Amino acid sequence: MSDVAPTTSTQRLLAGASHGSTIDLDQHIATHGDLTLPDRGEAPAWRSTMLDELDRSGLTGRGGGGFPTGRKLRALDSSRRRRIMVINTMEGEPAAQKDSVLAGFAPHLILDGAEVLATVIDAASIVVAVARDNPSAGASLEAAVTARRSAGRGSFDISIVTPPGRYVAGEESALAHWIDGGASLPTFRAAKPAVLRAKGRTVVIDNAETTAHCALIARRGATWFREFGTADAPGTALVTMSGAVESPGVFEVALGTPLREVLALAGANPKPTGILLGGYGGAFVGPSALDAPYSPDGLRPFGASPGAGVIIVLDERSCGIAEAARITRWMANESAGQCGPCVFGLPALASDLASLASSSTKGRINSALARHLTTIEGRGACAHPDGVVRMVRSALDVFSLDVAAHTRGNRCAGAHAPSLLALPPNDGDIEWR
Amino acid sequence: MALRLRVDPVACDGYGHCAELAGEGISLDEWGYPIIAEGPIKDRHLALVDLAIRQCPRKALFSEEVTRVNAPGVARR
Repeated sequence: MSDVAPTTSTQRLLAGASHGSTIDLDQHIATHGDLTLPDRGEAPAWRSTMLDELDRSGLTGRGGGGFPTGRKLRALDSSRRRRIMVINTMEGEPAAQKDSVLAGFAPHLILDGAEVLATVIDAASIVVAVARDNPSAGASLEAAVTARRSAGRGSFDISIVTPPGRYVAGEESALAHWIDGGASLPTFRAAKPAVLRAKGRTVVIDNAETTAHCALIARRGATWFREFGTADAPGTALVTMSGAVESPGVFEVALGTPLREVLALAGANPKPTGILLGGYGGAFVGPSALDAPYSPDGLRPFGASPGAGVIIVLDERSCGIAEAARITRWMANESAGQCGPCVFGLPALASDLASLASSSTKGRINSALARHLTTIEGRGACAHPDGVVRMVRSALDVFSLDVAAHTRGNRCAGAHAPSLLALPPNDGDIEWR
Repeated sequence: MALRLRVDPVACDGYGHCAELAGEGISLDEWGYPIIAEGPIKDRHLALVDLAIRQCPRKALFSEEVTRVNAPGVARR
């Protein structure tokens, strides 16, 4: 929309990135151009144009849900009180680092996007939520807010808040509840999507990466955004790659790029046994998915989606069943402890898988495993247990030959090999406020 | 007006009274938490289901019209 130089690289959010650096306000403006937001008088017309651009851009939420951003913003109820714009930088997924990296490297892109979204929804204020155990991302955003204030920029009150760094604390109802002064626990909503509220106001929550894309769409427009990606999945997306890769880290890729090419960016083992996509509540795909486009439509036939941009590569070094068992145990420890089927079901599932991984069950465990998967599904207030069920089902499918071998009692060297996964200790005391 | 039964899983503490009172339509999983049968509540069960709703110590059961469509959730995170 404004006059900025064309970009020819998929490095949009990460333009100019080098390890450990932060783009300060001057560099930010030099890289991306300035962003002019309307006065309140001009806001209604600007808002309408911006919503049209967001719709045309096809931008979808990059936090895991993948819902069209424009449609979400249009679906808001009429509200007499001005809303609160919340930027979700919680990233409770241990294998995800994209939002943290973005906050560390390009905090002004997130804050620009936050002001764009706040203008679109006529917010009274902006709240940026960063997990308490991620002080560097929080400090980077704090410094950026201070720099903008000193430069006399921005018309919104922006606060950086630090909820507990638990897996479910970034779930939108948990985040709204914490901002409202409660515990960072998901709440039950009879109908979804239900309007989230805090401090007597409607709360709108968007992921940090999604927000940063909005900052660029506001400058360059929808047509520019669609220069990369596919018609169904336009634009670029950040991915965090780990596991059997030479260079783990965060990469920006055009959506629709074949999965094999995405993996090559991190120097992944070209012969993976399985790839976990989306996150710990995502889905494993097998080598047959390597030529699939990395996009929601491209991965759907394999039961997977880009989710929160997590890509974990497994190879012959480790056992997919054992890794799925470890993830399930970790996710069980991350339960908010509110819903019976999650509180009791996830540990039961973790034990089933651990028994299967140890090849000690001689076929007894498989019926309990199947029963627990069915019992747990669809019975939590949030998607946490369903995500685990999806991940486990996909693991049993992708590693079906291993399941058969383990069931026969075959010894599996990989089951005792070190894990390829990021699984920070989480069996201690839990702080929810 | 067809009704279906639902449970608020956060409120539910697994007392299990509902399955005992309503019988058919509510079973308990191996940990004692209710599994609600899919589909509308049958007319002949409405009175028993109503009793189960009223007797729940945690007020975790409720009924709603079947016609209500639950749209897919907006982005989790």
